[in-house]
Parts: sequence; C-alpha cells; structure tokens
Amino acid sequence: MERGGFSFDNCVRNAMLESAGYQPPKARKTGTTICGVIFEGGVVLGADTRATSGNVVFEKNCEKIHYIAPNIYCCGAGTAADTENTTGLIASQLELHRLSTGRESRVITSLTMLKQMLFKYQGHVSAALVLGGVDLKGPHLYTVYPHGSSDSLPYVTMGSGSLAAMAVFEANYKDNLTEEEAKLLVKQAISAGIFNDLGSGGNVNLCVIKKGKTEVIKGYAQENPRKYRRPAGYSFPTGTTSVLESKFQRPVSEIAVVTEVVSESVSMET
Amino acid sequence: MDPLLRPGHNAPHLPAAMGPGYADVFDRLSRQGGRVETTGTNALPTFDAHAGAKQASFQPYQNNGGSVVAVAGKDFCVVASDTRFGLGFAVPTRMISRNLVLNDKVVLATAGMQADTCTLHKVLRIRLDMYRQNHGKDMSLGAVSQLLSNTLYYKRFFPYYTFNVLGGVDENGEGFCYGYDAIGSHEKVKVVCTGSSQSLIQPVLDNQVDGKQMYDGQPVAELSLEQTVELVKDCFSSAGERDIYTVGLDGRGQPPLYVKILKLAFVLTSHPLRSKYTRSHFIQGQSPAVRDSQTTTDTYFT
Amino acid sequence: MKIGGGHVRGGGGAADGPVKVTQTPYVVGSSVLGVKCIDGVVISSDTLASYGSMAKFRKISRIHKVSDACVIGAGGEFSDFQEIKKTMDGVMIEQFCMDDGYVLTPSAIHQYLVRVMYGRRNKMDPLWNQVVMAGFHDGKATLGMVDQVGSNFESEVIATGYGLYMGLPLLRNAYRPDITVAEAKKLLEDIMRVLFYRDARTSNSIQIAAVTKDGVEISEFYDLETKWDYQRFVDGARSGDVSTW
Repeated sequence: MERGGFSFDNCVRNAMLESAGYQPPKARKTGTTICGVIFEGGVVLGADTRATSGNVVFEKNCEKIHYIAPNIYCCGAGTAADTENTTGLIASQLELHRLSTGRESRVITSLTMLKQMLFKYQGHVSAALVLGGVDLKGPHLYTVYPHGSSDSLPYVTMGSGSLAAMAVFEANYKDNLTEEEAKLLVKQAISAGIFNDLGSGGNVNLCVIKKGKTEVIKGYAQENPRKYRRPAGYSFPTGTTSVLESKFQRPVSEIAVVTEVVSESVSMET
Repeated sequence: MDPLLRPGHNAPHLPAAMGPGYADVFDRLSRQGGRVETTGTNALPTFDAHAGAKQASFQPYQNNGGSVVAVAGKDFCVVASDTRFGLGFAVPTRMISRNLVLNDKVVLATAGMQADTCTLHKVLRIRLDMYRQNHGKDMSLGAVSQLLSNTLYYKRFFPYYTFNVLGGVDENGEGFCYGYDAIGSHEKVKVVCTGSSQSLIQPVLDNQVDGKQMYDGQPVAELSLEQTVELVKDCFSSAGERDIYTVGLDGRGQPPLYVKILKLAFVLTSHPLRSKYTRSHFIQGQSPAVRDSQTTTDTYFT
Repeated sequence: MKIGGGHVRGGGGAADGPVKVTQTPYVVGSSVLGVKCIDGVVISSDTLASYGSMAKFRKISRIHKVSDACVIGAGGEFSDFQEIKKTMDGVMIEQFCMDDGYVLTPSAIHQYLVRVMYGRRNKMDPLWNQVVMAGFHDGKATLGMVDQVGSNFESEVIATGYGLYMGLPLLRNAYRPDITVAEAKKLLEDIMRVLFYRDARTSNSIQIAAVTKDGVEISEFYDLETKWDYQRFVDGARSGDVSTW
C-alpha cells in the first residue's frame, strides 16, 4: 500500500539540475504592491497593476485582486501563475460548497483552504496573499505567506512595495476609519508603492467589500499616464517591407469544396 | 591565465585579493569585442574576492540603471539621458545628471554605476581643462572620443562600470556620435543607445534614423533637429513604459528629463541642481545666441 | 570592528605581503533621514548600534559636527564611522592651522568624503557606511549622501538604510520646497517613529540635527512617543471570532 506524506523528489531533482547549470524556465513574477485595511463595516483591498518579467514590464494594467467569493476577494503577489491558480482553485471549491450548503462563504473557510494548500506545497507555490471579506462575523482581513502561515491585522501589506505601503499605514492609520478614509488610505499606500518601488507601477485598483455589497474599482487612480507622444507619429508607406517572393495557394479542393447553392426559399432575417 | 590575475596575487596597481571571478569577468568583457555593451545585457561584474571564505564578500560594483541616447544629424547631435538613480528596486533619488558638457561642441552621457560615472566625468573634465590650458583651444570631437577610449582602457582590469555615448559636432560642422563599451572599445556612428533600455530603443532609432528593417530602395527622410528631439523624447517615453530601470517621475510631478538645445545644434540634458557642473564655466566666448537658444522642453515618464 | 586591515592571510604567501581581507559590517547603525528646508537643513537618526540581532549599544550618536556649517550622519559599520569622524576632524584641524580664514564649504566636505569613500572602495577595503551630509552656506542649504562604493548625490530629501524603503516614500509625500526647519523636525520625528515600528534595528531613542544660518544645532538623545493602543489592536482584529486560527 502506498504510504502517505508529501514527495518533493522533483524539487530535489530541480535543485540538482540547476546546480549543474540547467536553466529552468522563468516564471513571471509580479513585483507588486498589495494591501488592505478594515474600516467600520467592511474592508478595502488595493493593488497596483504592473506585472514584470526581469526588468521588463510584462503587463501594464493587470489585475491582482482576485475573486474568491461574492463577499471575499484576494490580492496576490509573487509568481503570477501561482496567485491566479491558487485563488481560482479555492474560488471554485467555495462555489461548490455554497451550492451544496446554500450559505454564504466565510472568510475563515477560504483562509483555511488557502493556507492548507500553500503549506502542502511547502513554499514552492509562490503566492503571497492579502485576503479580505465580510461574512456573518463581520469584516476580516488576513495575509497568507507562501509557506502557509497567516496573519490577522487591521491593516496589512504584501509584495515588493509592501514597505512603502506599510510606511503609509503606520503614519496615517487611526481608529474608526470611515469607508472614504479607508479608500484614501489604501490609495495612498498603493501609490507609495507605485512611485517608490520599481517592481510596482501602473494604476491603483481597489475593492471595497461591505455587508451585502462588493465593489471592484479598476483604475481608481491613474498615477502616471504617458505624458508625451511624438506629434508626427509613425507611418510606414506600402512597400516599406520588401517583397522577396509571392505565391498564391488556392484552397485545396479535397479539403474544402465550396459550391454555390441557389435557392429561392433562402431568406435573410435580421 | 594571466599570472597577474592569479587568485590572491597582489599585482601592482590592482586591488589585492581578487579571486577567480575577477579574471572571468574581464574575459567576458574582452570577448565582447567591438560591440557596445549595456547594463541590460551585461550582468554586474562580481568579485569573488575570497573563494572559500565564509563571509559575504564586498562587491565594488553597483548598477544604478539609466539609459543614454545620442543621435547625430547633418549639422547637429542630440544627446539625452534619464535622471533616475536606481538601486535594486529602490530609487534613492530621481534627479542625477548623467550628462557632462565637455565643451561647446561635445557632450558625454553615461549610464551604469553612478560612482564610476562621477569619477570618470571628473577625470575627463580635468583632462579637457589641461588640454585647453596647454593648447589654447577646445579639444575636437574626434580627439575627445580617443581620450575617452584611453581613459576607459586605462582601467582595463578594474573597469569603470560605465556605458558611454559621446555626441557632438566635428571640425567640419557635421554631427556625429560614438558608442562605447565599459573598457573603451568604440565606434563612430550616427545613432546609438546604451544602458538598461538599449534593447528597446536602439532598434527604433536604427529604423527611424538609419532606415534599417526597410526595403533597401526606400528613401529615408533626414530628420531635422526638432524631429530628432521629438523622436528621442518618444523613445524615452516608450522605454519608461516597459523598462523598470529607465526614467522616473519626480515626486512633485516635475519632468526629470531636461532637454536643452544649444545652437550649433547639440542637445544635452542636465538638471539645474547639477548645472554648475555641466554648464562649464570655462567655455569662453560663448555667444549670447548659444545661451539664448536653449529651450527646455519638458516631458516626464513613469 | 572589522577584520583584516593588515592581517596576513595564509595562502597568499609572504612575498605577496599582507593581504587585506574583505570586510563585512559587524556593529551597524540603521537609517539616517534628511530634509532640505527653506531656512536650513535637518537630519535625524536613532541612537542604536546593533551587533547582529543584539541591541549592542543603545545610546550612541551617529551624528557628528564637522564644521560650524556642516554635520554628517551615518548608518552602517560603526567603527568605520568613527574613522570617518577622525578623518574629517583631521581635515578641519588642518584647515584651522592654515589660519587663512577659509573653511571647506559643505559641498566641498561632501565631495571630499566621496573621494575618501570611493578611494577605499577602489582598494577593496571600503568604509562600510551610508553617510548623509547636511550643510548651510551662503544662505543655501545642501543635503548630500555617499555610500560604501562611492555613489553620491545631492537631493532635497535623503534616506538611507531601511529608511530608503520606509522613510523615503513618506519624505517625498510630505516634502515642499518651502518647508521650514521646525516643520522638518516634526516630519523627521514622525518618520523615525514609523521606522521604529517596523525596522527591527531602529530604537525609539533618536537625535536630530539642524544646520541653519545660526550654525549647527545637535539635539540631545530623546525618546519618541509611541502609540500601541489602536482599538482594533487591543480587541484583536478578529474579536468575536471563535475560529481556531
């Protein structure tokens, strides 16, 4: 009988291959600023929109606030594929759970599922998450680390811009935040990441979750739109690319036979 | 292996205790031959100063990013650079000058390590001052290009981690630029870009200025000074969108890239903070027209 | 505390002479912050020197007066900072002995320090510090920095160490060209507090120095007021929640 436990044979193998000089395929990492804060009656989550691959901006307006349940969202930092698939997996399991029980999902359930999954993979799934939602127990905000540990705090930040964002929280957090104050605070925190961390950039996306109402705001702030474009633009006249040879291949008749059908009964309806 | 590069050998004029990594780095540098190397494709040289030692060794090199561009026209040259001082994912300041006005007709722009850039600029300023005192005239563009090459090669085995472009107007009034690698290999060209955005900007310039990737018979319209400035600004604007190590937005939304146009048609970038260094006080007989024709065109980038 | 610096290392052979061993920092200070103001310039630091995770010296000054118009503040290896102080004092004494009434300007002091640091870097025997220089000369403030490889610049706001990541964003947000010395002192206090909250190598005991037309004024050490009783921290963010985690 097969014994239980986890196998990390491939991890050991991969480390060996790497030390032997084999270059593993590069994953797209999102240098990121994500954060969240609890206010009276809800949570606000925030994220920047830059995805990087090395020193190249892979995507300028990507979405890092992932859907978990109608009342729960989750910001992801780390390897893009890991954050997307981890949150997607948990979201689908929760959907089934809701269909089965007919009840609203609880934030603690999604937290438990996320951290159990991440712990199972012992940090090899590089997802650093900020999980927020509102359920029957009120607003909740957690961070989940790639190895499966979690924190529960009134305000949290993650990603390469987390220090800049946390500095804003530490300087400006106060008791009894209103919704508007919380949104402004999160916007300022993400902006600090966008301006001061080269791994972060683009726009500020927000997600406000309250009892019975969730709002995802894309482009809440557009911090640095392009300021200059060459007035003349770029136009290439026909013939710019030289034609070396041209050949026209007719459709192969054996594969596709097109015949004209004339029928009086055919009429077009719009 | 060169006996001077033997691990632990204390060669004259060379830093002591440079281990095997030292030779490797410069083997690699030398293999790059006549090509202009950039911070983008050329990883920082690492010094394994103490193979076998337990502690982390001191790394004398630092990459501060940035990109520099020079485009020559019929009777002008445009030299531009961004102003961000990058350090890892952080930005200690958004305002450093990578440019040095060497004289009325020659401008240098340098990407790479800021400490080396600063030192190289100081050395060159001194050398040009001495030349001016000794000969009673400014050094020509061609002479400066060779001087820069010699200055870089002088430190062949502990190079300045700098990537230079030199632009200006030669004795015949024709615009030219030179691109360099870190140890002095250089080439006279019409258009060049080095630094972290080289791979993004150079192909565009090749296409727009040199007519590369176009049908051979296709006539390439020569760009005017204004058109060239617009093109260069657009290149930085685009590179800033996609290269995380190029260009930056000032905290107060001020433009980091100052493009100034001198008469005699070369364009330089500088920051007012540094203007006391870049606007060389020793340029004599600079006509009012030169000063007055300076325009500041602002543009800023992410 | 540095190792090497004249020790003979085995393997190099006696003919090679003493080999300087690459140093790593041992007793280190953390951030220094600086703001250039309309009427002067202000820098701040905490008073802790750490030995690894040990709070080795809790009441040391990381700010030093160089001249009547210039102070420096340093993070990084503490012994190297002491050497820098000695070097700069030597320079100032030399100037005094010239008795020509001339004193290096703050900018000149900054550049001198840059050359010292870059020279040591070239010898592969660095002074492992990030030094912030603040000066006021001819009615104008100067604020500059230099690190262990010789990187240097002047700027309106400067932060080193952990402050580069947590202090600089706040400094940039708060900075105005017309900020006054009094406002800047308050600002730096607020940011030092944030650093104390989140940088495990920063203490709540700090020191602030200002350079104005009246000269250099370095404060005594004093403790920051801190706040730990935000309601959601007292209650716990999940008060009322009975789950396991």
